[in-house]
Amino acid sequence: MTRKSILFTLVALIALILVPLGQGNYIIYVLTSWLVFSIAAMGLNLTLGYAGQISLAQAAFMGIGAYIAALITLAGYHWVLGWLAAMGGTFVIGLLLGYPALRVQHHFLAFVTLAFNTLVFLVLRNEDWLTGGSHGLVGMPRPNFFGLSTGTNLEFYYFTLVLFVISGAIFYWIVNSPWGRAFKALRENPVRAESLGVDTRRITLLAFAIGSAFGGGAGAIMSPLVQFIEPGSFAFIHSLKILLMVVVGGAGFFFGPILGAAVVILLPEFLRFTEGYYLMIYASLVIVLMIYSPSGLIGAGQKLYARLRPGRETRKDMEKGAQL
Amino acid sequence: MSDSVLSVRNISKSFGGIHAVRDVSFDVEKGEVLGLIGPNGSGKSTLFNCVLGQLRPDRGEVQINGHRVGNMRASRLNKLGVGRTFQQLSVFPQMSVLDNIILAGQEHHGNMATRLFGPSDAGLTKEADQLIAFFRLEHLRDEMAGSLSYGQQKLVDAAMAFMAGPSLVLLDEPAGGVNLTMLGNLRERLETYNREHGTTFVVIEHNMEFVMSLCTRIIVLAEGAIIAEGTPDEIRSNQQVIDAYLGG
Repeated sequence: MTRKSILFTLVALIALILVPLGQGNYIIYVLTSWLVFSIAAMGLNLTLGYAGQISLAQAAFMGIGAYIAALITLAGYHWVLGWLAAMGGTFVIGLLLGYPALRVQHHFLAFVTLAFNTLVFLVLRNEDWLTGGSHGLVGMPRPNFFGLSTGTNLEFYYFTLVLFVISGAIFYWIVNSPWGRAFKALRENPVRAESLGVDTRRITLLAFAIGSAFGGGAGAIMSPLVQFIEPGSFAFIHSLKILLMVVVGGAGFFFGPILGAAVVILLPEFLRFTEGYYLMIYASLVIVLMIYSPSGLIGAGQKLYARLRPGRETRKDMEKGAQL
Repeated sequence: MSDSVLSVRNISKSFGGIHAVRDVSFDVEKGEVLGLIGPNGSGKSTLFNCVLGQLRPDRGEVQINGHRVGNMRASRLNKLGVGRTFQQLSVFPQMSVLDNIILAGQEHHGNMATRLFGPSDAGLTKEADQLIAFFRLEHLRDEMAGSLSYGQQKLVDAAMAFMAGPSLVLLDEPAGGVNLTMLGNLRERLETYNREHGTTFVVIEHNMEFVMSLCTRIIVLAEGAIIAEGTPDEIRSNQQVIDAYLGG
């Protein structure tokens, strides 16, 4: 990490600590949702942006994580146990979902993951005895840690912020390790990567498994945040929403999905004053962005930076955005 | 047979009614630079793919360093000490030259756990820098590989094949599309590497000047069979080779 990026991260962290102060419950809830979806989008960014494997099932993994955590906490166990089980469970399921990626790619793989998301939705809706069916599960308690409560929305925001920082640190560590290099090699030229000793089968499965575990972890936080979960919250449309976060922010960039989640979750709130027009304005902004910069907001920022400081080198990768 | 780095025994491969490779046998000893030449459709690429385990021959056997290749995966073959380059450019364009070279060596260091918990460069920056310097690419070390010229990318591609310290390197048309200056540099670097490390090369190439100056032995294929084998001078003066490939 350069000194500049350490400084930027510290300033961003201080801003994240200060921003909910003095805000009402609803704004704090929206900010917390942003952090939760950022964690889920980080996972998809690893699978899609870094390893180049399309997945339209991230909401399904959030759902699996949310239900695992809910069932465990409703049974009287601590949330941490639910969180670990959610991540472990989604890691294993993600590993299994990765197997089709060894045989099919691109839009074929997209359809496989889409079908998986639909399957998860149907299981959550139809297996009443376990999931509560369409009525979902309610009353998941917010956890306490050594006497520290997360009961109020502000407390829960800070609790989520801690988990967000931990998730971000783990994500940064993975993508900057030799594993991260192997993920990028898989994205750019799997045949060449294999000829250089990279076990592309193992790396493909890991990209799915780790990305899914981030989704499961986010779902486990969602459960005590909303204290009510039902299958509709994890339907296919929400996977598209998470994909939008990654693509709009900038797939393959560390801060891309965080910025993308901010656009998808926070921008509609800022546009509410336009009343009935806000969805149209929001959709138009996204279309313009994708035409101008397929590499998302981070890519657009880099283009602007290169124009203002023509002598400075900027990242050339992901100029064409994620290859869906 | 077991002393050879590469041993090809009675390989035959057909596609439908076309006999791409017919009963080809040869051995390559340690430190040799073997050239495989022949006109288009002579079976060079099919033979190359059989050697690399990408095609399963109908008959015959390939052994590398005493291990039967069969349809072994490319990553496993690489771990057995086989480096290769491709006919088409195959660097990772959106990674720096340094990262390309480190990637080519990282899977040979430690295991999955140490590659996750260890240093981000897998402790290979010094070794990669030495290889970058050997191929005279120091000034391009931190550039994105995709932004380099064609010839420079060919050099990076070659450097990647050497990063894991292979005992056998298969070069598929290394001179294709490279300008004369860069070609001289590439040949000289390959010769030096072979001399200093004793690495065995098998080269498929159409550029006769490049092959004749680099290789110590040449095998000529035509219609899937070996029609001549010998030193560059012997091949140049072989009437059958002149008729089938080199021309008057």
